[in-house]
Amino acid sequence: MGKAFKYGDNVDTDVIIPARYLNTTDPAELAKNCMRDIDESFAVEVKEGDIIVADNNFGCGSSREHAPIAIKASGVECVIARSFARIFYRNAVNIGLPILECAEASEKIAAGDKLEVNLASGEIRNLTRKETYKADPFPPFMLSIIKEGGLVNKIKKELKR
Amino acid sequence: MGMTMSQKILAAHADLNEVKAGQLIEARVDAALGNDVTAPVAINEFNKIGADEVFDKNKIIIVLDHFTPNKDIKSAEQSKKCRDFANDKGIVNFFDVGDMGIEHCLVPEKGLVTAGDLLIGADSHTCTYGALGAFSTGIGSTDLACAMATGKAWFKVPAAIKFNLKNKPSKWVGGKDVILHIIGSIGVDGALYKSMEFAGEGVAALSIDDRFTIANMAIEAGAKNGVFPVDAITKDYIGARAHTVYEADGDAEYEQVYDIDLATLRPTVAFPHLPENTKTIDDVGEIKIDQVVIGSCTNGRISDLRLAAGILKGKKVARGVRAIVFPGTNEIYLQAMREGLVEDFINAGVVVSTPTCGPCLGGHMGILAEGERAVSTTNRNFVGRMGHVNSEVYLTGPAIAAASAVTGRISDPDEV
Repeated sequence: MGKAFKYGDNVDTDVIIPARYLNTTDPAELAKNCMRDIDESFAVEVKEGDIIVADNNFGCGSSREHAPIAIKASGVECVIARSFARIFYRNAVNIGLPILECAEASEKIAAGDKLEVNLASGEIRNLTRKETYKADPFPPFMLSIIKEGGLVNKIKKELKR
Repeated sequence: MGMTMSQKILAAHADLNEVKAGQLIEARVDAALGNDVTAPVAINEFNKIGADEVFDKNKIIIVLDHFTPNKDIKSAEQSKKCRDFANDKGIVNFFDVGDMGIEHCLVPEKGLVTAGDLLIGADSHTCTYGALGAFSTGIGSTDLACAMATGKAWFKVPAAIKFNLKNKPSKWVGGKDVILHIIGSIGVDGALYKSMEFAGEGVAALSIDDRFTIANMAIEAGAKNGVFPVDAITKDYIGARAHTVYEADGDAEYEQVYDIDLATLRPTVAFPHLPENTKTIDDVGEIKIDQVVIGSCTNGRISDLRLAAGILKGKKVARGVRAIVFPGTNEIYLQAMREGLVEDFINAGVVVSTPTCGPCLGGHMGILAEGERAVSTTNRNFVGRMGHVNSEVYLTGPAIAAASAVTGRISDPDEV
């Protein structure tokens, strides 16, 4: 369970983790500057289990995997958006950061709402508003990557076989 | 139902007779690319996989281009990590300062991609090589790590949008104006997850450099890839390189078809803070600028420099404006010197940088202060992209950029 951080359309990877902080690969270091250019208070206020909720095309722009890494290392449990940019989508899946596409949730959730997410069923419960939204189910192939904890773990197992 | 050009390349690399939009496939890659920002993350992940060697020493490309020559100690350490990995694994196509260039200018120049290839790169502008009739797309560092180990990657087969081009562009209209016009029409998520396939007789009126610029910015419409048909201009560029020509089936399915009359397009500017905020030069109004940047993987090729130098030759950069040219590769730099373009730039008061991604992503070599404005031939004008969060980037082609350097405000090249 966590609190919603709410953003609009086209949240790009440059505001998620500005290029001036890309001279490191350390997740904890990246998390310190997560969302800095769109929301300076994010890195200070975010707590383990919190959830980012946005509108269209979340994660557009650069291919930097540092963006989902920074979000995951911030303690964010899940990102919910109406739609995701494609490289961000695959990066999130590949590193095991849960993401859900859900128009209704994107519309109805407000900043600060308490949310509970069931990744297996795609069910998003808004405890503040006493509402439930249903996200599109994850394709089984991608679910298998997330369940393995990311693509590297999946490939590692396959190579051992 | 027939397949699009992109689908045919994917099917061939997955050893399938047919693929359909939405299908998840695993495909062989002809090359996998990384840079000094994304390769270090990939190297961490590669080491976790536990593979001793890369799948093919000839098919991995690492280019140190983002923060090089290194801007600080941390970025020097990132570069060193790439260098050590390349040495350790015997990576043949490792490009360090001295023989590097901006990756998407360098890779085609070195002949490392050709028509019909499937190339992935941990850089979003990897879609550039669609100009040559290849399927190329940006992926992340984990994808790169897994491809370095296995030679394969997973793909969701994209649906496609077709852009039928006709007629010829007018004097100051180039590839940048074409793609900005398209992004302005369909939006920054107008081609989300899809292929942008360019077709029609108008393609023949676009040089290979124009096509690189157009394919390069397919990602700015959210596309998975942008691809051009292979014609005489492509074959002239790829020369003797072995290649395979794929053509879309006559009954290929497109989600949308746009007809674009190149003759009607005008030089175009994308206003802050999204590439879709476009206006033609006629509607720009009075916008004073502090900096002009000409270069990048979008517009750092020799024809871009020729166009800019042609406008700047014999003139002076306006007082109070910093103008920076950064050629895409050392070879482009040399060619610009041979043609006297570097002299024209310097005489006009322009500084010519070594090849680097530098200011495009707010890395180094031209960062903006609070409240400053730049006209830039780069590809993104997001909040804070070139520096301070309260700075602004206006995206244009090299003609408007050069003209604006002379006048100190965003200007029609016809004005100077």
